[in-house]
Amino acid sequence: MTSFFEMGGYAWYVWMAYGAVAAAVVAETFALRRRGRRALATARMVREAGGDADMHAIDSGGAR
Amino acid sequence: MTSASRLSAAVAGTSGVEPPSVGGAVVFALRRDLRVALRSRAELGVELLFYVIVVSLFPLAASPSRAVLSTLGPGVLWTSALLASLLALPRLFAADFADGTLEQMALARGPLAAYASGKMLAHWLTTGLPVAVLAPLLGAQYALDGVALALLAASLLIGTPILSLLGAIGAALTLGTRGGGSLLALLVLPLYAPVLIFGAGAVDAARAGLSAAPQLSLLAAGLLLAVVAVPFAVAAAVRIALD
Amino acid sequence: MIVNWFRYASPVSFYPLAGRLARGFGALAAVFAAIGLWIGLVAAPTDATQGDAYRIIFIHVPTAWMAMIVYVAMAFWSAVALGLNARLSAMMAQALAPTGALMAALALWSGAFWGRPTWGTYWAWDARMTSTLILLFLYLGVIALRQAIDEPRRADRACAVLALVGVVNVPIIYFSVRWWNTLHQGSSISLTAAPKMAMIMLAGLLVMTAAAWCYCIAASLTRVRAIIVERERGSGWVASLIGIGTSP
Repeated sequence: MTSFFEMGGYAWYVWMAYGAVAAAVVAETFALRRRGRRALATARMVREAGGDADMHAIDSGGAR
Repeated sequence: MTSASRLSAAVAGTSGVEPPSVGGAVVFALRRDLRVALRSRAELGVELLFYVIVVSLFPLAASPSRAVLSTLGPGVLWTSALLASLLALPRLFAADFADGTLEQMALARGPLAAYASGKMLAHWLTTGLPVAVLAPLLGAQYALDGVALALLAASLLIGTPILSLLGAIGAALTLGTRGGGSLLALLVLPLYAPVLIFGAGAVDAARAGLSAAPQLSLLAAGLLLAVVAVPFAVAAAVRIALD
Repeated sequence: MIVNWFRYASPVSFYPLAGRLARGFGALAAVFAAIGLWIGLVAAPTDATQGDAYRIIFIHVPTAWMAMIVYVAMAFWSAVALGLNARLSAMMAQALAPTGALMAALALWSGAFWGRPTWGTYWAWDARMTSTLILLFLYLGVIALRQAIDEPRRADRACAVLALVGVVNVPIIYFSVRWWNTLHQGSSISLTAAPKMAMIMLAGLLVMTAAAWCYCIAASLTRVRAIIVERERGSGWVASLIGIGTSP
């Protein structure tokens, strides 16, 4: 088991590489989920405020 | 007829004024831009001075030793030419965009690509060409010999028009946007990379005593391709900005 | 029974389809990744020359390929958006850019960590790494241009032009960088000299590439759904969407 983590002495390199990918995938998944929720929430706010013409005050920065 | 009213007449298609031919449109835009540029000679001078200063700064950062300088020289002289080309790009379309001339050119019956070509040619004549002429003089600071200097001039003469052409795409795309010059640089510099590689590479080849023919021919081929293709991309980008 | 594909050209109809596809491709990506990681980290034997460090190849090569493929896809949808004036295609191009940029960044990162133990340096100016770096700059340019233009349709068209100019330049850039690199080959660094592929290593590469491909599709489809809601929020169907609450 420990030999798996040690990767023949190259542990730092291998795990930095694989770890970055894992971190990126997790981060992107959460970011996308949050973006989707935010988009729906902003749309709801806009609806309740009476449409896009009144949008300026509550524009959430227009995440693109 | 003043040039502005000639343009308006061409837009309106009023009788007695022929719609400009391709060549006519190019010349029209070229003369107009040159006239404007020569009116503010100080601005042109400042851009050249920028080139001189940047080139002179590198040895201060590196080393005055001849060996180091002659190795750095081609790259420095070329990269600084890229930066100098970037300096003048924002104002390529900005003034005409602001006063509505650009819109008239888009509506006129002469092809917009031709007007754009005239403007890009003017940009090169006022930016790239002086740099190409000046660079060999500065190249002497970098302990480059005569052959290398000649190739420096040649590669810049062929390469700087490509910089003007590619840069115009960036200038048209970023018309009236936030971010200004830095955004323009971000868009354009990756496209400049091949020109830089072959341009500086030509001078490097000369330093090593090899033939620079491959680099120069590739640059020339790139220039031909760009001259033919880029004006249409620029016209498309201008129309997008005008909508 | 012929499916009328053009039905899906409108954001309204595409939204639920994109959701189903995203979930499907996400699941596929997870399965491929599990298999690929098992092959890459466990099953494949240690390399004779590079030791266990070579296992980074199972990250580096797929991400580098995806960086390229996503750019071509982005350029394709940009061309469709310009040619057919299609809003949804432009949104798809908009959605692809960040995923592609991430792939390029991961390719560079993993390449650096592969280079250090194998060739002694984190960054070797070899052709593929340098080209990938420039590709990353091209992605960032498209993203930056999108942020800089307020009006969405103008941003669509401007980014489409930029993406197409970029895609034409990518082969030129790669060719010039490769030429430059072979000329200055002082060291014998060549990241193309990957270890001789045992069949199982090749299998691992293919599986991980499939995983990366499915992941990119899932991520961009998820992003395009958010973009659709952001940009179409004035329309009635979004209202009904909100009424339902979360995605159908």
